[in-house]
Amino acid sequence: MCGIAGLIHRKGSGNIGQEMTQMLQSLKHRGPDSTGYAIYGTPGRNEYVMRFKVAEQEDMAKGFDIHDEVKRRRAKVEERLAALGVQIIDKDEATDYAYRYRIQYDGDMKKLADYVEDVDGTEILSMGNALELIKDLGDAARVAEQYDLRKFKGTHGIGHTRMATESDVDIRSAHPYWAYPYNDIAVVHNGQLTNYWMMRREFERRGHRFMSNCDSELLAVYTAYNLEHGATLEESLRQSIQDIDGVFTYLVSTKDALGMAKDTMAAKPMVLYESDDLVALASEEVAIRAVIPHEIDTWDPYDEEVRVWRA
Amino acid sequence: MAGLTTTKQAHVSHDMGMHTEALRGKTQQRFFDVTEEGGGYGYPDALDVDFNKRAELDCEKLDTKQINAQLRDLMKRGYGTIVLQNPGSKHSLAVGILNRLNLYIEGSCGYFACGLLDGPNVKIKGRVGWACGENMLSGTILIEKNAGSQFGAALRGGDIVCKGSVGARTGIDQKGGNIIVGGDTGSFSGFMMQRGRMVICGNAGKNLGDSMYDGTIYLGGEARSLGVDAVPGEMTALDREWLTRKLKMYGMYPAKGIGHFKKIVAGKQLWNYDNLEPGEKKLVL
Repeated sequence: MCGIAGLIHRKGSGNIGQEMTQMLQSLKHRGPDSTGYAIYGTPGRNEYVMRFKVAEQEDMAKGFDIHDEVKRRRAKVEERLAALGVQIIDKDEATDYAYRYRIQYDGDMKKLADYVEDVDGTEILSMGNALELIKDLGDAARVAEQYDLRKFKGTHGIGHTRMATESDVDIRSAHPYWAYPYNDIAVVHNGQLTNYWMMRREFERRGHRFMSNCDSELLAVYTAYNLEHGATLEESLRQSIQDIDGVFTYLVSTKDALGMAKDTMAAKPMVLYESDDLVALASEEVAIRAVIPHEIDTWDPYDEEVRVWRA
Repeated sequence: MAGLTTTKQAHVSHDMGMHTEALRGKTQQRFFDVTEEGGGYGYPDALDVDFNKRAELDCEKLDTKQINAQLRDLMKRGYGTIVLQNPGSKHSLAVGILNRLNLYIEGSCGYFACGLLDGPNVKIKGRVGWACGENMLSGTILIEKNAGSQFGAALRGGDIVCKGSVGARTGIDQKGGNIIVGGDTGSFSGFMMQRGRMVICGNAGKNLGDSMYDGTIYLGGEARSLGVDAVPGEMTALDREWLTRKLKMYGMYPAKGIGHFKKIVAGKQLWNYDNLEPGEKKLVL
C-alpha cells in the first residue's frame, strides 16, 4: 500500500525532521517495512552532504567478518574520494553500515558517484547541497531515533513508509530515491509501474544505473534524465503522466521545490493542504493532522494533476 | 469511560434539518421504517434511544475501536444524540450503526467513515477521506467540507451530502439513495451506477457515468467527458421538483436556480442480463 508525505515551509525553515517523523509515523499502518526521509537543510557554500551505506542492515547479522568487511569498504570509499580530490570536512556514523560525510568537491558528480558505488556493497543514498536522504528498516520513530532526525531544521522534505510489493524488504528497495546523479533531487512513490522493465532497459542503454529492483527507482532516474535534458520539474512531472504506465502518485523534491503528480486513473490517494506559510500533502489526512491538529480545509488532487511549490 | 461527558437535555431538538425519503429496498422496508419514530424498528438488536439524551465524547486519546465501542455503549444506555469531538481524521469512525441516532462529528474523518449505516443522521463539520458512507442503507450523512474518492460507493439508500468537492469514482456501483455534491467530482463518477440519483452542482471529471446500468445523474456544471453508455436525458417537471426540494433541504439551492442542470442517464446499450454469453449458449445446446 505504502504511504507518502511531503511538507514545505514557504517562508523560512522549520523543524522538518520532527514534522516529517510525526507525519510518517501516523502513516505506519500503510506499510511498516521501512521508512525513508529526504530532508533539506541549510545549504553550505560549495559543500555537499553525501549519505551512503556499505552494507544492508541484514548483512550485519551474517558471519563474524562483516564488521571488518564494512571497515574495509568504508576505507576503500575514502581512498577513492581522496583519489578524486574530494575534501572530507567531517563525517558521522549513524549506524555500523550507513554514514554521513560532509565534503567539498567541484568535479563531475556522476564520475564521483560511479567511482564510489563501484566499491563492493556501497550505495550513495544521496548527494546534496541541501538534501540529506535517510532510509532504513522499521517505522519512522525507529529510523528517526537511529539517525537522530528529530532535531533536523530545514525548509522541506518528503518521506515514505513502505509496504513491500514489488521488491525485497531492504534499504536498497526503500524510498526515497535519489535522482542519480542529480544533486538534491529525490522521489517517493505510492503505486505500481507496469512498464518499469521496458523503461528501465531503455535508461540502462543510455548509461543510467539502477541500484534496486524497485519500480519506484525508475521515477528518480526518469526525473534525472528529464532535468538533464533541460526540462523543468513541472514539465517532467507532466510528461511522466504520459510516459509512465500504471497507477501512481509521487512526490519529487529539489533544493528549493516540492512537486507532485497523480496518474490518469487517480487510483492512489493524496490529500493536500495549502496555506501561505505551509504546504502539507500525504496519502491520508491523518498525517497532515499530525502536524496541523486544528481544523483546516484539505482536498484531494484529481487525476493527472501536477503541482509544484517553492520554498 | 475515558473522554466522555454526558448531559441530559430534555428539550434539545433531535431534528438536524435532514429527512430520509421513503425507503424502497425490500430489506429496508422489512426492517426499518424511519417515519415511525421510536417504533417500527425491526433489527433484532435495535436499541431504544432518546434523542433528548445527549452525550459528548472526546476522541483525541481514543483509537477507532474504542470510539466505535463507546458509541455503541452510549446507544445501549439510551443516548440518542452523540457528539464526537476531536476526531482527528481517524479511520472507520461510526461504521455499521444500525440504529436511529443523531451523530455530530466536530472535525474531520479519515477513510471509511460512516460505512454500512442503517438509520442514523450524521453531520460532519470537517472533511472525510476515501469511501465515506460506503454501502449505507438509510439515514443521512451531511459533510460541510470536501470528501475523498469513492464517496458514497455502493450506496443503497439514504442521502449522502457533501457541500464541498469530492474525489474520483464518486458513487461507484451506487445501488440506490441520493448522492449530492455541492462542488466538483473527479473522474469516473457514477461508474457502474445501478439505481438512485446523483447530483453534482459543479463540474465532473472525465467518463461521468461510465457503464452505468440505470439511475440518474444531475449535473450543474460541465463534464470533461461522458463515459461509455452514459447519455443526455430529458429534464422533466418531476426531475426539477425533486432537485429543487433536495437542494433546498440541504441549503444548497443555487442563486441562479436549477435551469442550467443537465440530466444524464444510461443508454442501456450495454445490458446483457437477458442474453447468454456465446459460450453458455453452446453448452445449453
